[in-house]
Amino acid sequence: MENRPPDSPIDNEEGHSQETRRDFLKHSSLLTAYALSPSSLVNAAEMNGLNPPQADTVSIHIDINGTSRTLHVEPRVTLLDLLREQLDLTGTKKGCDYGQCGACTVHINGIRALACLSFAVMQNGKKITTIEGLAKAEASGSAHLHPMQAAFIKHDGFQCGYCTPGQIMSAVGCIREGHANSDAEIKEYMSGNICRCGAYEGIVEAVKEVKQGGQKV
Amino acid sequence: MNNFQYTQPATPKASIDALVKEPTAQFIAGGTNLIDLMKHGIAAPKTLVDINNLTLRTIEQQGNTLRIGALALNSEVADSKLVLEKQPLLAQALNAGASAQIRNMATVGGNMLQRTRCYYFYDTAMPCNKRQPGSGCGALEGYNRIHAIWGTETALTGRTSSCIAVHPSDMCVALAALDATVLVSGPKGDRRIPFTDFHRLPGDTPQIDTNLDRGELIVAVDIPNNAFAKHVHYLKVRDRNSYAFALVSVAAALDLNGSTIQEARLAMGGVAHKPWRLTEAEKALQGKPATTATFEQAATIAMQGAKAYEHNAFKVKMAPKAIIEALKTAAGLG
Ligand SMILES: Cc1cc2nc3c(=O)[nH]c(=O)nc-3n(C[C@H](O)[C@H](O)[C@H](O)COP(=O)(O)OP(=O)(O)OC[C@H]3O[C@@H](n4cnc5c(N)ncnc54)[C@H](O)[C@@H]3O)c2cc1C
Ligand code: SF4
Ligand code: FES
Ligand code: FES
Repeated sequence: MENRPPDSPIDNEEGHSQETRRDFLKHSSLLTAYALSPSSLVNAAEMNGLNPPQADTVSIHIDINGTSRTLHVEPRVTLLDLLREQLDLTGTKKGCDYGQCGACTVHINGIRALACLSFAVMQNGKKITTIEGLAKAEASGSAHLHPMQAAFIKHDGFQCGYCTPGQIMSAVGCIREGHANSDAEIKEYMSGNICRCGAYEGIVEAVKEVKQGGQKV
Repeated sequence: MNNFQYTQPATPKASIDALVKEPTAQFIAGGTNLIDLMKHGIAAPKTLVDINNLTLRTIEQQGNTLRIGALALNSEVADSKLVLEKQPLLAQALNAGASAQIRNMATVGGNMLQRTRCYYFYDTAMPCNKRQPGSGCGALEGYNRIHAIWGTETALTGRTSSCIAVHPSDMCVALAALDATVLVSGPKGDRRIPFTDFHRLPGDTPQIDTNLDRGELIVAVDIPNNAFAKHVHYLKVRDRNSYAFALVSVAAALDLNGSTIQEARLAMGGVAHKPWRLTEAEKALQGKPATTATFEQAATIAMQGAKAYEHNAFKVKMAPKAIIEALKTAAGLG
């Protein structure tokens, strides 16, 4: 797509990925490490992609926030990297990249899931909703917020805001799944979203309000 | 991460064939463990065989058995009316694991084959016999707080195995307690593996976690009907309230006639290389009154043969308390 970062491993609709500056730096620093390291490190370096095989790309059709797209991606590209680096949908955050923080939570076919532990190629034929498309999915008008977004603002459900897109996507999922019936249940079913600022009280209030409001989310 | 070939076969047979064709190929289901391992450079398959197109997602009662397809999601199983009614212990164990998002992605088959969370296994700069056979065990001489207290001696010589890691799954502890059977399909045909024989002890080949053969696909898990629907409890002790692996966990199931224990099942997680069934303690519970004193006796019997390493002696103290607590809650003595 447009605006592909210069060192993205993802193909755009026409082009093909090439070895890039970031790969080159990675490889050259690995070579230095190679010369200086015990064998276990060297093995790790080899496994981590020194001389990766030439990439094959796969074409996929996915619906992202209501727009259907045909994309060509290397199988190793995660849904998170596809969204952020190829499609410029940077609302979905990369916190840990290992499934431990929830910042990358999106909806896949309406169900909350972690984009960092999903390969993009495995989403062929699916509908992805990110924070950018959450309100749009509900109503037209660009100033319109999803009720959960409005509730997070009302109840101070954030401070720095880094975890917030993931929290909001997860909160909607929590209600859809029918697990927002008490403070304890909300806390348990929202525990996959870590907030370093500790905005948890406001988050629970926001989820409760939307749940009690009874709107369809 | 190295790039890989990606295929998504339409049938179990084509999936098995694709796996057999390339020696490093792996199945991928939810991806929540495999992608993590690939990002860490611990797994580097040249081919990924995506099995999500297979129709292995059904949860249904078949005669005297509850059959759960290998691709049923952890959240679907935990929320299934049938599971809640027939095997609530399984639902409790599933809900104690990971997070809601991960349970929405993780499958039953993948959960069984998730690999240990030993920090040295994850740290490719450290020796680890499981990751790199023969390189040594970082945990034996290192920080072994989360490691095993049972099954760490090799059967033949009695000396310490080359790995003291634990199996991290919660779901598997319940399945071990419930006498489940794993249905697999492979290059040589179909077979059934009793759950307690599915995972293995490390011995001197800790790189092999299970008795599954190369190319075998998990198709389903069968749980035979039982009388444990009313008195069960899954207790998980962890470093924080939620979203953490177990330090120790206990799956307890009782069949009570009045206050007499007809039959009991006990299994633990976080204590061994496989879900750890406590059969001697189960026998000690049978026919006894469901009282705290009975549970204390059973816990003492259960702890026989436990062996601590430098940093995990607390588990030997914690485990019997967790057993007693789980049994009391299961019996309604809360
Ligand atoms: C942050 C975090 C916290 C977690 N906390 C917990 C926890 O507290 N308790 C817990 O129990 N788990 C926990 N997990 C682990 C989680 O439960 C597993 O990652 C998940 O169950 C794996 O299932 P999957 O379908 O995603 O497997 P995948 O990652 O797709 O596969 C895992 C392995 O199984 C193989 N495989 C998958 N399906 C089949 C099949 N049908 N037949 C043959 N082979 C197959 C794959 O080849 C691969 O080797 C946690 C994970 C994360 C990331
Ligand atoms: S305990 Fe097992 S997994 Fe951990 S370092 Fe030792 S060999 Fe590796
Ligand atoms: S970035 Fe995906 S869970 Fe942290
Ligand atoms: S608002 Fe800062 S991390 Fe949650």
